[in-house]
Amino acid sequence: MSSSTTINDFANQQYKWGFTTDIEAESLAPGLSEDTVRAISARKGEPEWMLEWRMKSLRHWLTMIEPRWPNVKYTPIDYQSIVYYSAPKKRGSGPKSLDEVDPKLLETYEKLGVPIEERKILAGVAVDAVFDSVSVATTFQQALADKGVIFCPISEAIKNHPELVKKYLGSVVPYTDNYFATLNSAVFSDGSFCYVPKGVRCPMELSTYFRINARNTGQFVRTLIIADEGAYVSYLEGCTAPMRDENQLHAAVVELVALDGAEIKYSTVQNWYPGDEEGRGGVYNFVTKRGACRGRRSKISWTQVETGSAITWKYPSCILQGDESVGEFYSVALTKGRMQADTGTKMVHIGKNTRSTIVSKGISAGHGNNTYRGLVHVAKKAEGARNYSQCDSMLIGDKCGAHTFPYVDVRNASAQVEHEATTSKIGEDQLFYLAQRGISEEDAVSMIVNGFCKEVFKELPMEFAIEAQKLLGVSLEGSVG
Amino acid sequence: MSLLEIKNLHARIEDREILKGIDLVVNPGEVHAIMGPNGSGKSTLAGVLAGRETYTVTEGEVVYDGQNLLEMEPEIRARAGIFLAFQYPVEIPGVNNTYFLRSALNAARKHRGEDEISSEEFLKLVREKMQLVKMDESLLKRSVNEGFSGGEKKRNEVFQMAVLEPKLAILDETDSGLDIDALRIVAEGVNSLRGGDRGIVVVTHYQRLLNYIVPDFVHVLVNGRVIKSGGKELALELEREGYGWVEEEALSPES
Ligand SMILES: Nc1ncnc2c1ncn2[C@@H]1O[C@H](COP(=O)(O)OP(=O)(O)OP(=O)(O)O)[C@@H](O)[C@H]1O
Ligand SMILES: [Mg+2]
Repeated sequence: MSSSTTINDFANQQYKWGFTTDIEAESLAPGLSEDTVRAISARKGEPEWMLEWRMKSLRHWLTMIEPRWPNVKYTPIDYQSIVYYSAPKKRGSGPKSLDEVDPKLLETYEKLGVPIEERKILAGVAVDAVFDSVSVATTFQQALADKGVIFCPISEAIKNHPELVKKYLGSVVPYTDNYFATLNSAVFSDGSFCYVPKGVRCPMELSTYFRINARNTGQFVRTLIIADEGAYVSYLEGCTAPMRDENQLHAAVVELVALDGAEIKYSTVQNWYPGDEEGRGGVYNFVTKRGACRGRRSKISWTQVETGSAITWKYPSCILQGDESVGEFYSVALTKGRMQADTGTKMVHIGKNTRSTIVSKGISAGHGNNTYRGLVHVAKKAEGARNYSQCDSMLIGDKCGAHTFPYVDVRNASAQVEHEATTSKIGEDQLFYLAQRGISEEDAVSMIVNGFCKEVFKELPMEFAIEAQKLLGVSLEGSVG
Repeated sequence: MSLLEIKNLHARIEDREILKGIDLVVNPGEVHAIMGPNGSGKSTLAGVLAGRETYTVTEGEVVYDGQNLLEMEPEIRARAGIFLAFQYPVEIPGVNNTYFLRSALNAARKHRGEDEISSEEFLKLVREKMQLVKMDESLLKRSVNEGFSGGEKKRNEVFQMAVLEPKLAILDETDSGLDIDALRIVAEGVNSLRGGDRGIVVVTHYQRLLNYIVPDFVHVLVNGRVIKSGGKELALELEREGYGWVEEEALSPES
């Protein structure tokens, strides 16, 4: 086996999460209009104010044009051919507890390795599982409620906690924000809501698992997390989709709000179906994620491991409003086959003595194309702001590409902004060194890639760090025999 | 049976022939030194034996431990007991030195049909071997060779060799870049592995090393050929006279 075979195997990895679940779904006809929005809202039994917000968003969206600036290429999306709502058919009045969830669904999540049966669960992880457009199970709600933590599908929060939703929804990502976020505001179907009250350290990791199953269905997930003064929460999201020839659209919005002294750690392991070798099918992952450090000394950390999707377009950002607030972004983005990723972050320094750290690791294999795009903005009044950015790219093979676009916009002379960038290739000499010590090429590539990503993996909660390593490892599997 | 038998080995890089017919036999327990001018092909020979893909073997054969070596993948050669201490050890950022070494050891054990080594056993082994080459424990916690000084890298090679206990060790200029004390320590490390069935091939430019690791045979490699072989005295002669006379002797008709 030559090093080029390993590299090819690495590039042409099989997608292991590509099965479909044969389950009866209740879907809207494809197409987008005011009626679609009304139908979604009605199905969710939403209050009037929510419908109004959706309608406002839709009307605004109709005036917008799709952005063309990202460094990615794809055939235009026909928004009228997408199904905007699909839900597994309810049995009776819909699942209230896990016992009522369709066993086929539980099986799907089990196959994916997502623990939603409480008794089998890894200690300390509460899971909200989103299947196409609806949330099918939220575990551990009671244990969390005892601490005053609200963790539920956003559709429930709209009904049960309207005051919180009204106050914070759209407060970080306004409905006018950008093409995909505005679309999401009009048609979002479900997602997770979390509120951690003052001074509470959330007793377990919270987690959402997204799964796209139905054909032609867009997934428009909306997540809203609020950490009140002095609160702490760590949240993880994971995603997969079946293999399908057509492209699937995932346009999510995540909003985080951290008040005085609060901390939110948001980790993503994204493994949507990337399409086949020729670039047929795969998920378009167009996501707006933004956190507002509203309070003094608040902190928001984004950690993402992006190993899937045909196209990834996302820039988890931090608005550092509170004095001494801290924003962090740790990212591993892997592109192989025909995958394209244009990802990075925005750190907007507004408060005094705010700090931000950006560590981005891009890995390109096969014909993958990986772009880092980052903005560090220091506002006029942001006295003493500091940023450190590090963007490293690793190339595997010679048909892939890596690009780095760091934008820096500093309006305060006291700011300190540092940027470092490197590009490396997995060298024949490294592979040979490891081979000479008896390590198989597959393990060697995996070792080198994991080594490269180490600084990011160490930011993930333990179980998820192992998951992420496995995910990269799995991408390397299959070159044996 | 000899441990390693090289017959008429020719190898090239791209269109350039580097090895032009090498013959060499290493029997179990022997130590061979290979000397020769810069660019004569010493590292190439080491690389061909270890299975580096940049070289193409065009002629000849190599039998190792009764097997056709040239048909074996590099990692299989390693697991079967061939160890190359690199002239220029490579840095592998982010990969922990201990983790790496343990993976290497387990790969060899698995190959031999043994179980993976337990944590306690491994720790014990590592401690013992670290003392042998007086390697600083902190180097174990760092990434493989990353930011190691030249001497530290060389020492790490010998340390790995000591842990992996190969059947055939090839040391490519492990002495260069070492200070005098380090040289002695590393040589002692190598000597402690000497004997039994193990074969050792030492590539060096300096007779000095051979004061510590006394070879059974010395070979002079010039322009891709072994042009002279002898006992340990040959190294002394070379040190005094340089390579000129051997080359002349090799060219003269009666040799
Ligand atoms: N990758 C390569 N591409 C082209 N030529 C090479 C390559 N590697 C080695 N060579 C050439 O092969 C010849 C033999 O090199 P080799 O490294 O084997 O010499 P050496 O005897 O080990 O020298 P030194 O004593 O300097 O280490 C040299 O002329 C060298 O330039
Ligand atoms: Mg050399």
